[in-house]
Amino acid sequence: MREMIKMVMVLTIITAVSGGILSVLKTSTEEKIESQVLKFQKAPAIGAIFDTATNDPLKERFKIPTKVKDKDIEITFFPAVLEDGSKAVAFEAKGAGFGGDVGLMVGIDLETDKIIKARVTTHSETPGIGSRVKDDATYVSQFTGMGFDATFKLKNNGGDIDALSGATVTSKGVSVAAAQVKKLYLKLKPQILNKMK
Amino acid sequence: MAQSIAKEFTKGLWTEIAPFRIVLGLCPILAVTNTVENGIGMGLATTFVLVFSNFFVSLFRNSIPAKVRIPCFIVIIATFVTIVELLMQAYTYPLFLKLGIFIPLIVVNCIVLGRAEAFASKNAPHLSIADGLGMGIGFTFSLAVLSAVREIFGTGAITFYETPIVLFGPSFEPFTFMVEAPGAFVCLGLLLCIMNLIPKK
Repeated sequence: MREMIKMVMVLTIITAVSGGILSVLKTSTEEKIESQVLKFQKAPAIGAIFDTATNDPLKERFKIPTKVKDKDIEITFFPAVLEDGSKAVAFEAKGAGFGGDVGLMVGIDLETDKIIKARVTTHSETPGIGSRVKDDATYVSQFTGMGFDATFKLKNNGGDIDALSGATVTSKGVSVAAAQVKKLYLKLKPQILNKMK
Repeated sequence: MAQSIAKEFTKGLWTEIAPFRIVLGLCPILAVTNTVENGIGMGLATTFVLVFSNFFVSLFRNSIPAKVRIPCFIVIIATFVTIVELLMQAYTYPLFLKLGIFIPLIVVNCIVLGRAEAFASKNAPHLSIADGLGMGIGFTFSLAVLSAVREIFGTGAITFYETPIVLFGPSFEPFTFMVEAPGAFVCLGLLLCIMNLIPKK
């Protein structure tokens, strides 16, 4: 019995201490990681989406607080003024893929409500299989020109999104992220327009 | 005492060099050795985890009950792996992107758990640090050698910080298969063969 109590005690103490250390480290590196993700993941994605931007979408980014599944979160929006004078906005949403969340950055034309371009940002999919949704830009090019009347589900689930062969779960994550983009955009559009005045 | 520290440190460098002599840790050595940069990055991350997990396992070796030692070791190892993962995300993000899924997998790297079980749980902290450091450097060295062979023959150049050092003339036709998965098996097999030809002492 004493041995039993000792085992429970030791394991509890070790896990509690390590949990404590990790949560401290997590909070203290959060800001740094966020800026790294911005620099190495979001900046190239935004550069590819708004290749004709006449302003600096990264610098002019703004946050709008909202609720997703009863959780308070802040979404970062990247506004852009394109060469032809039209206004656009880009933001990221996530969907569960094979190895974790797949982030999808989508640029939307504010006048026509159509998708300009989309790019996959952060993901932890299998290299060479799921990771192709990011590496192969032709996959996400199917979003270009889509409006929000489209159904963001995979085609075999009755939607409008093509799956990447061999990476169905990852493709599903991308489609869930796109559906989330649609939901957030339709909900937050008045606030976005208000901020961009 | 200094002698025994030196002995524990140097054994990991040659006589018990992890992947080639005791043939442990083959998953990362096959997966991430497509470029020298990845190989060394992975090796250093593993070394960090090895040194700290060895130290803490050894420090608590008398208070951890034998029946729950493996879960305790794994918790300690996993903590340091997560620390490495967070630090790499914060400071060496491009490398983190390339190594990706293989960083969390250090938790199940046989070398780390193997050293905790076979060495650190039976020896004093200072010897365990020496052992972890030696094993880690030996592992990094092995990864560097294997990835150098693969990268040189696979691409004809070695790339550091995105500046390639071209080693062969333009007529060189790279063996692209070397940087792909089958090349890893072939190279590892050849290196193991060479290591077995060289006597241990």
